[in-house]
Amino acid sequence: MSSNSFAYNEQSGGGEATELGQEATSTISPSGAFGLFSSDLKKNEDLKQMLESNKDSAKLDAMKRIVGMIAKGKNASELFPAVVKNVASKNIEIKKLVYVYLVRYAEEQQDLALLSISTFQRALKDPNQLIRASALRVLSSIRVPIIVPIMMLAIKEASADLSPYVRKNAAHAIQKLYSLDPEQKEMLIEVIEKLLKDKSTLVAGSVVMAFEEVCPDRIDLIHKNYRKLCNLLVDVEEWGQVVIIHMLTRYARTQFVSPWKEDDGLEDNEKNFYESDDEQKEKTDQRKKPYTMDPDHRLLIRNTKPLLQSRNAAVVMAVAQLYWHISPKSEVGIISKSLVRLLRSNREVQYIVLQNIATMSIQRKGMFEPYLKSFYVRSTDPTMIKTLKLEILTNLANEANISTLLREFQTYVKSQDKQFAAATIQTIGRCATNISEVTDTCLNGLVCLLSNRDEIVVAESVVVIKKLLQMQPAQHGEIIKHMAKLLDSITVPVARASILWLIGENCERVPKIAPDVLRKMAKSFTSEDDLVKLQILNLGTKLYLTNSRQTKLLTQYILNLGKYDQNYDIRDRTRFIRQLIVPNEKSGALSKYAKKIFLAQKPAPLLESPFKDRDHFQLGTLSHTLNTKAKGYLELSNWPEVAPDPSVRNVEVIELAKEWTPAGKTKKENPAKKFYSESEEEDDSSDSSSDSESESESANGEQDEEGGSSDDSSEDSSSEHRSDSESASEVGDKRTAKRNSKSKGKSDSEDGEKENEKSKTSDSSSADSGSEEESSPGSESESESESESRKVAKEKEKKKTKQDRNPLTKDVSLLDLDDFNPVSTPVAFPTPALSPSLIADLEGLNLSTSSSVISVNTPVFVPVKTHVLLHRMSGRGLAAHYFFPRQPCIFGDKMVSVQITLNNTTDRKIENIHIGGKKLPVGMQMHVFNPIESLEPEGSITVSMGIDFCDSTQTASFQLCTKDDCFNVNIQPPVGELLLPVAMSEKDFKKEQGMLTGMNEMSTVIIAAPQNFTPSVILQKVVNVANVGVVPSGQDNIHRFAAKTVHSGSLMLVTVELKEGSTAQLIINTERTVIGSVLLRELKPVLSQG
Amino acid sequence: MYTKFKLFSPQKMIHSLFLINCSGDIFLEKHWKSVVSQSVCDYFFEAQEKAADVENVPPVISTPHHYLISIYRDKLFFVSVIQTEVPPLFVIEFLHRVADTFQDYFGECSEAAIKDNVVIVYELLEEMLDNGFPLATESNILKELIKPPTILRSVVNSITGSSNVGDTLPTGQLSNIPWRRAGVKYTNNEAYFDVVEEIDAIIDKSGSTVFAEIQGVIDACIKLSGMPDLSLSFMNPRLLDDVSFHPCIRFKRWESERVLSFIPPDGNFRLISYRVSSQNLVAIPVYVKHSISFKENSSCGRFDITIGPKQNMGKTIEGITVTVHMPKVVLNMNLTPTQGSYTFDPVTKVLTWDVGKITPQKLPSLKGLVNLQSGAPKPEENPSLNIQFKIQQLAISGLKVNRLDMYGEKYKPFKGVKYVTKAGKFQVRT
Repeated sequence: MSSNSFAYNEQSGGGEATELGQEATSTISPSGAFGLFSSDLKKNEDLKQMLESNKDSAKLDAMKRIVGMIAKGKNASELFPAVVKNVASKNIEIKKLVYVYLVRYAEEQQDLALLSISTFQRALKDPNQLIRASALRVLSSIRVPIIVPIMMLAIKEASADLSPYVRKNAAHAIQKLYSLDPEQKEMLIEVIEKLLKDKSTLVAGSVVMAFEEVCPDRIDLIHKNYRKLCNLLVDVEEWGQVVIIHMLTRYARTQFVSPWKEDDGLEDNEKNFYESDDEQKEKTDQRKKPYTMDPDHRLLIRNTKPLLQSRNAAVVMAVAQLYWHISPKSEVGIISKSLVRLLRSNREVQYIVLQNIATMSIQRKGMFEPYLKSFYVRSTDPTMIKTLKLEILTNLANEANISTLLREFQTYVKSQDKQFAAATIQTIGRCATNISEVTDTCLNGLVCLLSNRDEIVVAESVVVIKKLLQMQPAQHGEIIKHMAKLLDSITVPVARASILWLIGENCERVPKIAPDVLRKMAKSFTSEDDLVKLQILNLGTKLYLTNSRQTKLLTQYILNLGKYDQNYDIRDRTRFIRQLIVPNEKSGALSKYAKKIFLAQKPAPLLESPFKDRDHFQLGTLSHTLNTKAKGYLELSNWPEVAPDPSVRNVEVIELAKEWTPAGKTKKENPAKKFYSESEEEDDSSDSSSDSESESESANGEQDEEGGSSDDSSEDSSSEHRSDSESASEVGDKRTAKRNSKSKGKSDSEDGEKENEKSKTSDSSSADSGSEEESSPGSESESESESESRKVAKEKEKKKTKQDRNPLTKDVSLLDLDDFNPVSTPVAFPTPALSPSLIADLEGLNLSTSSSVISVNTPVFVPVKTHVLLHRMSGRGLAAHYFFPRQPCIFGDKMVSVQITLNNTTDRKIENIHIGGKKLPVGMQMHVFNPIESLEPEGSITVSMGIDFCDSTQTASFQLCTKDDCFNVNIQPPVGELLLPVAMSEKDFKKEQGMLTGMNEMSTVIIAAPQNFTPSVILQKVVNVANVGVVPSGQDNIHRFAAKTVHSGSLMLVTVELKEGSTAQLIINTERTVIGSVLLRELKPVLSQG
Repeated sequence: MYTKFKLFSPQKMIHSLFLINCSGDIFLEKHWKSVVSQSVCDYFFEAQEKAADVENVPPVISTPHHYLISIYRDKLFFVSVIQTEVPPLFVIEFLHRVADTFQDYFGECSEAAIKDNVVIVYELLEEMLDNGFPLATESNILKELIKPPTILRSVVNSITGSSNVGDTLPTGQLSNIPWRRAGVKYTNNEAYFDVVEEIDAIIDKSGSTVFAEIQGVIDACIKLSGMPDLSLSFMNPRLLDDVSFHPCIRFKRWESERVLSFIPPDGNFRLISYRVSSQNLVAIPVYVKHSISFKENSSCGRFDITIGPKQNMGKTIEGITVTVHMPKVVLNMNLTPTQGSYTFDPVTKVLTWDVGKITPQKLPSLKGLVNLQSGAPKPEENPSLNIQFKIQQLAISGLKVNRLDMYGEKYKPFKGVKYVTKAGKFQVRT
């Protein structure tokens, strides 16, 4: 094996290196390994001496000079023995530079390089992880085949290292070893498999990289790690994200079924074709089958979405291509905004992004239409950017915007950049063919350009006009005449040829001009370009056939000229034409058809985008950019017809999976069941069964969509509603922060000006004596700080008066006043040194343990329970489900947000879905969703609403109306949904609890089996029932949860205290005793049931 | 049971890097795998020749055995050699990051600076890329591994023999917050934020706005000890239409509360960049009156532009510069400015007028004659004017920082916010 590898090495590395040596330095003999001791070089002699001296500084100097030589591409290989001696140097910088040298030259000097190996082997055992890691890096970078076994061993050991940094380096080393010796593949795959299981975000990117390089076909290794990778993705470093996203895109295309509606694909046609023989029934069955996305598929789409906000263009592009290739068509739209943002970046990024947008915009105009103006060209753009932008503008052109675009194009045509002006003319031509309304306008415009001074512009116009006229040949005699005149002045061959061709084609429409043109051309024939000559021949032929009286002699003259032309193409053509048209005894049957042959109707050319055929390459890849398949390009496979078994992704052991498995299991079973129930074709019985199934399915689907859809809705509302989630009093890390945001929320609901003033006040008064915020601009200009301070004073007064005016907000404002000091010096407030979210950050590497995630103030993740709002039977095909997304409501801070998913199960459109009459108890308020214009058959849409339940479990009744019907529906909130989680410390919790005793405390005893009293079970059960936040607890037997009611913001503290045996005490402290007792009643059975 | 993707893909990512200056000298090369001969750059030079203009060199070039992906920064080409399929943006983004790092370390990313610090450059490249895959690109981590050169340190090092290279693994590398180094200590704790907004606009001949939008960034300079946890909130966060974040920002917090919550890197960094939705009307702070004409069949033309303030929110507009790329036929220009000074480069045909401040009482103007090449046809399009300006203490979008809170540390930091509005790609067509 090793001898094999030797041969391989000599071929590749050694050869190249010596070659380089020759090129770079003529003074140094191309010595390779043999010229080592040649001492004819004085320059390097002193370096050798320095390296052998016993002073580190001299050594360092020498090494620096050597590195300088390497950087310039000079050969420093004969210093190898002198350098390699220093590999064990104590000085870390010398050591590093020696490493640099070794990596560069070891391949050429294998025998000597072996001397250094033992040093690295020793370093691999060093207690310092940086040294272990760098030893592995260098060892694996020395491309000496003989050490392959040593490398293998080192990689194996490092992959089990305690330090994730070393493991990361092990992942890198895998690729290096693989490229050195591909025969190690199997062993390396084992290491990859092991490292893929690693939970560190550091390792993830590198190991996926290794996977892509060594065994991209082994997707079976990914299954078990799929969910973990999706979940870790946000925390992986940027470069790793790119690699993982690309890999997961390919993975998704093999594992999930297509989320794209089939009716716009070809498949449907095929089906229809086959089904025509089959029973109609089956077809309708298939139609009815709603597509449900695999939750894992959704997980990927949802978890990549935040990365669109990355600062790294490569990450954004990677997410964009992921959405393009695997998300449902309706969701792709969100990427356009981010891609347009990248256009502000440097020209290289622009270039790549524009290319990708060009490909996308061919298929889906709508995506980028709102950003049309972002593609307007500036005169300072480089030409390549300009033409790409032009390309996109053309793709986006439609009836509505074409007039604006044409006006814009007019500016471009005049551009000093003639190449770009020419491209614009082509663009105008394309717009003219694509949009029939403007064809005439464009044509006129182009004709005007014919009198342009610049020849390139005129030539391009001629060519484009030719194409346009070819498409609609009638009634353009005038234009042709005009162009005929141009022949006198224009010199560009392509344009001349185009004009001649055009006249030839239309010679019967311009009977007077055509022969004259031929006459002129005959005169200049010999001096024309080959291209033009061919067209002169064509013109002559056509005229000969239609008007032989006038042109017979001319044509024969031209044919004679052609016969002796220098170019054989022209001689060939001449001979060919002569045989066809000039009657003689030899001419065969063909000459009868000469007219048909030459004057046949010619199909008009299609003016197409050069980006049209690029879409078969994965977006964002090198192959896409080059439009050829690059080496190592991995095709995206087509969606499978039937999804492979999704259960392979289930993970049994890991704790986090607990939350997942229920969803995962149903997932796993559902498609299978569905499949059978359909193929069995039992019409009636399967109807009911599939019914219940589809419900459970949609429940699954929704729970999964929760993240995505709620995100969307919040985005939507962001543009419309000013009172935003900020006011929704998402509870801050600190109580101070909480109150703060609350007061802000209040002021937000005021009108604009007041809002500014008030929050400014709270700001400035918080800065108060220190006046921190203000002082720094103040230091820049005195006058301003003065006025600022006056303002502060004034506003303080205002604020006071305001408080008096607003008795409603009194309690909150009072708290605010208390907080003034603590806010300006946040430390004075008794809080732990680290905020909870910081703790979460520092938890760092083991993200998959569930406990660390929970301590943040965001709601604990629970599977969403959906409730039926309107059954499809009673809703005449309109089905509605609702669930509580447990997000702060965006419509108002006292509202509970509710998401309603509407499904159209009929086979026609349902139009104008809206909320009609409301029957609400006193005080209750509701923010309805915007009317939905129409819902396609089998379509589904999720909308969000806000309902202020006034902290009661009373029912909100209202009417859900469509164009034709009204249905009475109710939403009754479970008590647990009237809460929002609060993050607080144990100390705060106890303090608050101490204030809520007596009347405000309720308790009960629970009896249950001990296995139900493990922390995770209790946690899961409680958060399933109620939207509460977990309070980190110092004691194992006490679990605390905190929340506040949505409407009044009163605290709701839940304590579960485990006692001896199988009992536990459940305590609830709250001012709102009614809800408290309801919650107590609901929690009790849940906790005690086994 | 496993489906096949497709077999075998050899070495990936960045293979080698060449730095090339404007005159076409390769002055630095670095190989992460086996050595690739310099001759590969010939393909690049070929493309460069074809492109005529440095700006037009295609960033991706295909050669028989390799692919070249290059960027052009500060008059230097960074040409990377790629052997197989790789997302081109990945490489481009990385190369820019390399250039940023040089900028950060040496104060400028120039040939001279790189040549002077070739050892540090090599050490940096070694750390930034392992086997062609990015390893450490965060400036905070790199600075712990390799200390930036200072005069003092190089003197001290030469005497004591101590080195620029750190011998322990940067703490950031291991934590979940790789952008921050541990053990930061300052005697004066300060946090400054610069809100910089740029107006991108195209104004047409008649003075109406064809296209305008506001692009903003918030650059931070944070010198805080320990592990501060900051949250920055805005008066009007809704203005921000599209935002991209430094990795330190907690995305969820932003989504739910529109608050920027983060543990900052140490030193200077870009916190966010944003776009203000194009639906909002953008206030254009200046207007330009222009009359540029070239006479038919004559070798001269007239040039007259005046700049005035408009919607400037009562602030002074300063630092105005007008740059005009004149048509090729222009030989020379004979102008008189009422304010500032102008230069015309007859080789590149670029007219630059350094105006300075606008005083509304007397609007600055630049008038005079243009000498054209005799006999050449008159240019058919008037050149467009590129305008630069600056308005201090104003964020044109109206974005306002509400407050900055710090958690996790017990000292009182000094905080400051500065607003600046600038012209971005601001072009007036004439």
